[in-house]
Amino acid sequence: MADQQKAEAKPKPAAAPPAAPKAPASMAATPWEGELTRRLAEQFPDDITEFSTYLGQSFLISRPGAAVPIIEFLKLEADFDYLVDVTAVDYPNRPERFDLVYILYSFARNERIRIKTRIPEGFKPESAVGVHPTANWLEREVYDMFGIEFANHPDLKRILMPDDWQGHPLRKDYGILQMDNRWVKENLGIESGQ
Amino acid sequence: MAQTFLDSTELVLNMGPQHPSTHGVLRVILKLDGEKILGTECVVGYLHRGVEKIAENRTWAQFAPYVDRMDYVASVSNGLGYCLAVEKLLNVEAPPRAQVVRVILTELNRIASHLIWLGTHALDLGAITPLFYVMREREDILNIFEKYCGARLTTHAFRIGGLQYELYDGFEEEVKRFCDILGPRVDEYEELLTVNRMWVARLTKVGILNAADCKACGVTGPLLRAAGVKWDLRKAQPYSGYQHYDFEIPTRSNGDSYDRYVVRVQEMRQSARIVRQAVDRLEPGPIMAKVPKVIKPPVGEAYVSIEAPKGELGYFVVSDGSTQPYRVRVRPPSFINLQAVDRMARGALIADVCAIIGTIDIVLGEVDR
Repeated sequence: MADQQKAEAKPKPAAAPPAAPKAPASMAATPWEGELTRRLAEQFPDDITEFSTYLGQSFLISRPGAAVPIIEFLKLEADFDYLVDVTAVDYPNRPERFDLVYILYSFARNERIRIKTRIPEGFKPESAVGVHPTANWLEREVYDMFGIEFANHPDLKRILMPDDWQGHPLRKDYGILQMDNRWVKENLGIESGQ
Repeated sequence: MAQTFLDSTELVLNMGPQHPSTHGVLRVILKLDGEKILGTECVVGYLHRGVEKIAENRTWAQFAPYVDRMDYVASVSNGLGYCLAVEKLLNVEAPPRAQVVRVILTELNRIASHLIWLGTHALDLGAITPLFYVMREREDILNIFEKYCGARLTTHAFRIGGLQYELYDGFEEEVKRFCDILGPRVDEYEELLTVNRMWVARLTKVGILNAADCKACGVTGPLLRAAGVKWDLRKAQPYSGYQHYDFEIPTRSNGDSYDRYVVRVQEMRQSARIVRQAVDRLEPGPIMAKVPKVIKPPVGEAYVSIEAPKGELGYFVVSDGSTQPYRVRVRPPSFINLQAVDRMARGALIADVCAIIGTIDIVLGEVDR
């Protein structure tokens, strides 16, 4: 945990070359270009900041507010009719703390893409339930694990952790042994679960 | 006149978390009008162990055995998905022999998973006999696993980059013998169930989920195929050399519980077909790719998914270049398929709820992770 944060905080190797050749601090992605990216860039000229491919998998990075409109556009206009997954990644040392990741698949094109947005702590992204009903439980899990609240979600509450649990376990500042001691004491009648 | 509680026809009934037909600890809150279901709500999380958090505190290789504990009746599939995801990040591929062995074990595990599903599903609906029959065949599969890697259930059969163990002497014959007996044994189950009037009546037109609903809810696997969508990741985006095997994707059109039963039974036969071809493809060769002792994938992320017995099982893995995963996200098919239970159960009768939960084929270890 500690060295992960260290690795995160490390600035990009600018001038001082380290003794041993190190892996680059950012993903070695290549640009993604195609018919779909052209249409998306036309439709959302100011909202998409990056089209990239890494290991043959394409993704785009959008501004926080635009993710759901992009997903809706892809569903209606480009046959991306299956929302595979919604998840998040926590980068506590970054100003936009969370990566929110939507994975989409199109049965017609047999193609899978990812939509990523970077959101700061406290930002409430729009819920995708209106476009893809699958997002309901997936967003609840993201809320449960990361504390990201989705605006206009029909039933935003915890799903895996107990309802009155304090804290969001998949945040990087939540320790592996950490728990809600009050909850454990009240509900299990023991001092600690450890 | 003032309304009293007697004027209300609605009743809220709690089912579970300790209920035999929920296959674990799943709580379903049912809103009823008489015997008719107006709505359901699932309460999950009783088996939550924080697998994704554990991943961030283990090395890439150390985490591999943990994934077996999610869908513990199909642990080989879980392991395959994880290994493929990390191999993708490392940009390595398992050697051909390892891939063939992976296909054999994964397909055997698919048969074992479907067998367990069949036995317990039939048991839920009052047919006790199939359970004993399917356990007999499953035992053969578990014995093969045990001989191969020492474990029966949580096998940890694969390693990142290939396999740890070479096959034992007599593996090919044993697997072939199993494939030979499986066909007639599946015929036996079908004799008991497929045209059994009670079985047909309990399942037909129960828990219908059409193709559009499946896509809206992200439902994959046999449920999607029973709704008429010919989609299987082994064909759509082949991995581990599935493109070399000749097999069919069984589909049906009604999307009800009976069709799912038929699809899964057919899938067992197809899996045996794949295993037979795979055994013939076994050629001597290395079983481990060149993978460094300390696994440090370059900074990056990847999403890799496989066709697990329950549907699309995906791993979204993020590496920060260190020895530990920065993030491992599991896309659990059981969890996402379970979400559709509300659509399937609305308007059904309360006795059908057992059939509907059973027909999704959930494993709570995977729902809650």
